[in-house]
Amino acid sequence: MKVSLNKRILDRNDECAQKNKLFFEQNSVLCVNVISSPGSGKTTMLSRTILALKDKLKIGVIEGDIKTDTDAEKIRSTGAAAVQIETQGACHLSAVQVHDALTQIEAMDKDVIFIENVGNLVCPSAFDLGENKRVVLLSVPEGDDKPIKYPGTFAGADVILINKMDLILYIPFDLDRVLNDIRKVNPDAKVFKISAITGDGMQQWYDWLCDMTA
Amino acid sequence: MHETAVAQSIVETILVEAKKIDKKPIRAKISCGQFNALNDEVMEFAFDVASQDTACKGMKLEIHHVPLRANCKKCQNEFEFDIYSGSCPTCGNSEIEFVPDAPLLLEEIEFEDEDS
Ligand SMILES: Nc1nc2c(ncn2[C@@H]2O[C@H](COP(=O)(O)OP(=O)(O)O)[C@@H](O)[C@H]2O)c(=O)[nH]1
Ligand SMILES: [Mg+2]
Ligand SMILES: [Zn+2]
Repeated sequence: MKVSLNKRILDRNDECAQKNKLFFEQNSVLCVNVISSPGSGKTTMLSRTILALKDKLKIGVIEGDIKTDTDAEKIRSTGAAAVQIETQGACHLSAVQVHDALTQIEAMDKDVIFIENVGNLVCPSAFDLGENKRVVLLSVPEGDDKPIKYPGTFAGADVILINKMDLILYIPFDLDRVLNDIRKVNPDAKVFKISAITGDGMQQWYDWLCDMTA
Repeated sequence: MHETAVAQSIVETILVEAKKIDKKPIRAKISCGQFNALNDEVMEFAFDVASQDTACKGMKLEIHHVPLRANCKKCQNEFEFDIYSGSCPTCGNSEIEFVPDAPLLLEEIEFEDEDS
C-alpha cells in the first residue's frame, strides 16, 4: 500500500523560520545570516564591522559553533552583545536555535542581528533561519573553484564577500574566474572584495549594511 | 552532514503516518533539488542511523534528484542547467535566470500489505 504525501521535509524548521522572520519585521531588525567555510574570516569581519559602525548601529551577534564559546567572547570584547549556540556536532544552525537565542540577546532593541553560522559551505544553506539577508564569505586561500563546487550556497547569497584580498599576491587565485562563476549562479548578488585584517574594501560593505537598515 | 537533520525529519514523519494506519513502512521516496546538495550515500547512511530502534528500521529509501532548470534571457529557451557550461545551449548567451530549485520532499511511503 502506497501513501502519497508530498510533504516538505524541513517544514518544522521552515515554520519556525517564518516566526523569526515575523519577529524581525515587527521589531525592524535586520537579520543577516553569515555563511562560510571554517576560517574564512567571519568572526574577524564581524568584529571589525561592529567597531566601525558602533556609533551608527546597535548590533547583536548569534554565534554558532560545534563547540566552545571563543567566538562569542571575541565579539563581546568589541562591546557588542553576543550569544553562543553550541550545536554539539551539528554542522548548521536551525531556526529553533536562533529563535531561542533572540530573547537572550534582547534582539528587539537591536538594529542588526548577525548570525555567524557554523563553519561549513554546504549544510547551513539548506536551513532557512528567517534571516532577511544572507552573506557568503569566500577567502582567497580557499581557492577559486568554490563557487562552482558549491553553487547552491552561492546562489542563495545576497552579498558575497571575497575576504583576505591582502593575500592575493601570494596565492594563485583567479579573481576573474571567481567573479564569472558567481555571475553564472547568482547574477544579482553584490560582490565586495575585502580584507577583514587591513580593512581594505570594507567601506562598501558598511555602506550596503547602512542602506539596508535605513 | 545536514543529511542527519533531513533523515531525522523523514523518520519522524513516517512514524506519524505509520501510526495513523497501523502498518509497517517498508519504502519511502524523497526528492530534492540541486541546491539542497544531498549526497546519496551520506543520506542513506543517515537514514539507517535515524531509523535504528524505530519502526522504520530496514526501510528502503529512494532518492530522486530533480535537475535544475534555467531560462535564457535572450532566446527564452528553457533548459537543464549545466554548472560547467553555465550558458544557454541554444544561443550560447550566459544571461540566464533559474527556475526555482525543487524543494526537499517526502513524496511517498509504501507500507506492508496485510496479506504479504
Ligand atoms: N591575511 C588575512 N587573514 C585573515 C583575514 N580575515 C581573517 N583572517 C585570519 O583568518 C583566521 C580565521 O579567521 P576567523 O575570523 O576566526 O574565521 P571564521 O572561522 O570564519 O570565523 C584568523 O587567523 C584571522 O586572523 C584577512 O582579511 N586577511
Ligand atoms: Mg568564527
Ligand atoms: Zn538562448
